[in-house]
Amino acid sequence: MSEAAPNPWRRRALLGLPLLAAGGAGLGFWAMLRGLGTGSYDPHGVPSALLGKAPPDFALPAPAGSELPALAASDLHGLARPVLVNFFASWCVPCVIEHPQLMALKRQGVPVFGVAYKDKPADALGFIARRGNPYTRLAADEPGRVAIDWGVYGVPESYLIDRQGIIRWRWAGPITEDTVAADLGPLLRRYSA
Amino acid sequence: MALLLLAGGWTAPAWALSDPAEQLPDAAQEQRARVIGRELRCLVCQNQSIEDSDADLARDLRRIVREQVAAGRSDEQVMAFLHDRYGDFVLLRPPFTAGTALLWATPVLALGGGALLVLGLRRRRAAPVPAALTAAEQARLAELDRMP
Amino acid sequence: MIPELGHFALGLALALALAMSGFGLVGAHRGEARLMGLVPPLALGVTLAVVASFLCLVASFVVNDTTVSAVVANSHSAKPMLYKISGTWGNHEGSMLLWVLILALCCGAVAGFGRTLPSALQSRVLAVLGLVAVGFLAFILATSDPFSRVWPPPMDGNGLNPILQDPGLAFHPPLLYLGYVGFAVTFAFAVAALIEGRVDAAWGRWVRPWALAAWSFLTLGIGLGSWWAYYELGWGGYWFWDPVENASLLPWLAGCALLHSAIVVEKREALKTWTVFLALLAFALSLLGTFLVRSGVLNSVHAFASDPARGVFILGLLMLYVGGGFALFAWRAQAMAPTGVFAPVSREGALVLNNLLLCSVAAVVLVGTLYPMFADLVLGQKISVGPPFFNTATLPLAVPLIGAMAVGPFLPWKRARLWPALQKLWWVALVALAAALLCLALEGVRVGPALGFFAAAWLILGAKADFAQRIGLFSRPRAAFGRALALPRAAWGGAMAHGGLGVTILGLAGMGLAVDRLALLHPGESVDLAGYEYRLDGVVDAQGANFAARRATVEVTRHGRAVVTLHPEKRSFPLARMTTSEAAIHTTWLEDLYVVLGEEREGGVVLRIHDNPLAPWIWLGAGIMALGGGLSLSDRRTRVAAPAAKAPALKNPAVRA
Repeated sequence: MSEAAPNPWRRRALLGLPLLAAGGAGLGFWAMLRGLGTGSYDPHGVPSALLGKAPPDFALPAPAGSELPALAASDLHGLARPVLVNFFASWCVPCVIEHPQLMALKRQGVPVFGVAYKDKPADALGFIARRGNPYTRLAADEPGRVAIDWGVYGVPESYLIDRQGIIRWRWAGPITEDTVAADLGPLLRRYSA
Repeated sequence: MALLLLAGGWTAPAWALSDPAEQLPDAAQEQRARVIGRELRCLVCQNQSIEDSDADLARDLRRIVREQVAAGRSDEQVMAFLHDRYGDFVLLRPPFTAGTALLWATPVLALGGGALLVLGLRRRRAAPVPAALTAAEQARLAELDRMP
Repeated sequence: MIPELGHFALGLALALALAMSGFGLVGAHRGEARLMGLVPPLALGVTLAVVASFLCLVASFVVNDTTVSAVVANSHSAKPMLYKISGTWGNHEGSMLLWVLILALCCGAVAGFGRTLPSALQSRVLAVLGLVAVGFLAFILATSDPFSRVWPPPMDGNGLNPILQDPGLAFHPPLLYLGYVGFAVTFAFAVAALIEGRVDAAWGRWVRPWALAAWSFLTLGIGLGSWWAYYELGWGGYWFWDPVENASLLPWLAGCALLHSAIVVEKREALKTWTVFLALLAFALSLLGTFLVRSGVLNSVHAFASDPARGVFILGLLMLYVGGGFALFAWRAQAMAPTGVFAPVSREGALVLNNLLLCSVAAVVLVGTLYPMFADLVLGQKISVGPPFFNTATLPLAVPLIGAMAVGPFLPWKRARLWPALQKLWWVALVALAAALLCLALEGVRVGPALGFFAAAWLILGAKADFAQRIGLFSRPRAAFGRALALPRAAWGGAMAHGGLGVTILGLAGMGLAVDRLALLHPGESVDLAGYEYRLDGVVDAQGANFAARRATVEVTRHGRAVVTLHPEKRSFPLARMTTSEAAIHTTWLEDLYVVLGEEREGGVVLRIHDNPLAPWIWLGAGIMALGGGLSLSDRRTRVAAPAAKAPALKNPAVRA
């Protein structure tokens, strides 16, 4: 033992390194598991690359037969109040789930602009006619190219645009009551001021 | 593959069997598009490149890559186009940033750290050992040598 | 009744394992032979109880007992018998039971074959294995009971995911688990050594067979999984650097380092602390894989349906065993002073280099796998670490590793000179260079494949040269045959495993030259690829055991001569509401002709045709590697007994410990 090491403490530290690494990793995993429960850690979520930026330049037509005005990038500047841009499709089940929330937002006076993603005009209009129309503007993105410019990777997906026309928040997936209470509501209040 | 069993999540095995008309007529350009596509992550299906996935979005992204390659854009420009829209997540080769420096340094750190460890142990041994080979040890060594 | 028996047997196993651990630890500590004598029979009891429990679950699946919820969720009466049985472990609960079954079998093996071990060591090893078993049995009973009942029973089960209904995949988990759990035994040996505070040549000799066995099974398991992905997923991919794949590669790398460093312990009594660390690490990485796959923290196509409650339990077990092992290491490894002096150029020097490079590769894979999760958690950044990263980051480490692999076996122990070893390999280097140049000449400037062919030739011929030198093929050819027979099997095994990796790399290099083509064909039309002509004859309906299929007939000809008729299929499973694609593959051993059926439109069908040069050699190489491990193992078995006989002679085996 005596001649073992010139600096036993360095060796001891070295031998303790695996334990330290394992402990750190364990703590991290524990935080992840907790985050999974509370929703703060989600291995499947993809953040938007457009937060804090203006939306891409685009001009989409209204679906054929729609009475509502269409949507272009120029419609998202100098707004009276923040707006929600909602990508949806008649073939998408979660869109049905979030629909009541959009109707509630409309009743609160929040402008919701709809973009029908990869949807036939008749189907999109039928969806609105059947379930009620939450939208003040409605555009059709049948090829799905403008959606890609926005960084959309599925429907439904919603973007909050502030009065200066900057994207402040993106929600991938259906907007639920919890989403409104926890995220969207406070943001709307902040950016309305 | 080490798979076992994906209980949920996978609705269909993803084989990217798409439209032959999608391919670029120019073989060199098609090859370039594929190389680019393998660097880009399919966002819907997780852990697959857009070349390997049959998801709708992957198809669209494949088409965009091919259009841009055909239009004469460079590899970097095509990647930047998608990076602007989907962020770092879409790049299967993470860009070198402050946040990924440790990741990219891993091979060097592991090799360097290991080499230091080996050198340190050698130096420590080299100093006291020559005289320390006891008779018992020598006998043991000799015995070990006789073993096949 | 049968499920209740199975459940009871699990509880019994838990109690027996607990008793085994207690008696083992206390008995070994106090040196009480009577207590220690109880341990092996208890271990056999655990084995029997778990085997009985597992058979009960298999029986429930075989008779399709729909009162058992695991059966309902994963089986169906119309499923073929093989998949009813493999469905037993095709789900979270059953696969955990399989895990414990293999652990119990290992306990039985240590109790049975380990009679030559010193009884204190055997007791401690079994006690540690017992503790591992206790944890996982408790996990099963508390969170993942495979025997829980449903009432009223549904008419039939929901069926197994169709892409898992495959013979390759039926045996993939058992092989993989044999590997993972095998490292539990080396872990137990390491912990026992830390408790005893000594590691010697005999310890190295006992650990090595277990490391070899675990590594060989893991090689087979990974190879089988990769092969399955290749033929079943239908785009010719075989390795995706998916986190779950990486989770199986990590213990493989650590185990590979372990079985090499254990040689140094055995022959030179050096690298002892390091070897103990690797033995702990290999099992730690096995457990990490289990945690990643089952906890839901991971973003992978292969992950089980996530359940954070289970995740917390497994994390607890992970921390208990890994943290406990490493804590013991930090505390006790100090006692194992480094011994053995060696020159950098020597067999042991080469093995140190091997360990350094293998562990660096493992570090890259580990960090690459965990980085996105931790970047998300700590920095809030979502990044992806995919194949391009892993290929780029591991290649510079793999190249010197492969370079050294052929040279290492030529270096004698203790002190060697590099030059004589290289002289024996000059012709190998020449042929390898020629192979690379040939590839460049035939296929154009393709660096990857050319490098691959160089590496493959270097390893395969290097292994052959090693073998030839050992039997004196060139120096004394007439005696060579006799010497070949007399050669220890470990030497055969080592050369074979190294050559096997060369064969795998040969396949990888060939796949680097793969080409494919996508075509819309109408019946009678044909398309050319890589010198073959593929003609579509037609598409018809076909009926399988539990699926309906569309089946295409594709005639393949080469220069007008018929080669083969291929039948790619698209199967739809009504129960699972899923469609799968069955690629039709014809191998000539030099290349795979691989045809996948796509969608039908405009009276024609889309066919994706791949020409995959040398593809089968990837998995053949894995088989050869595992066989090499097995050969080495069969040699060790006869020698495992030897140290026990010599034990009295080693009054103070750990010379300075």
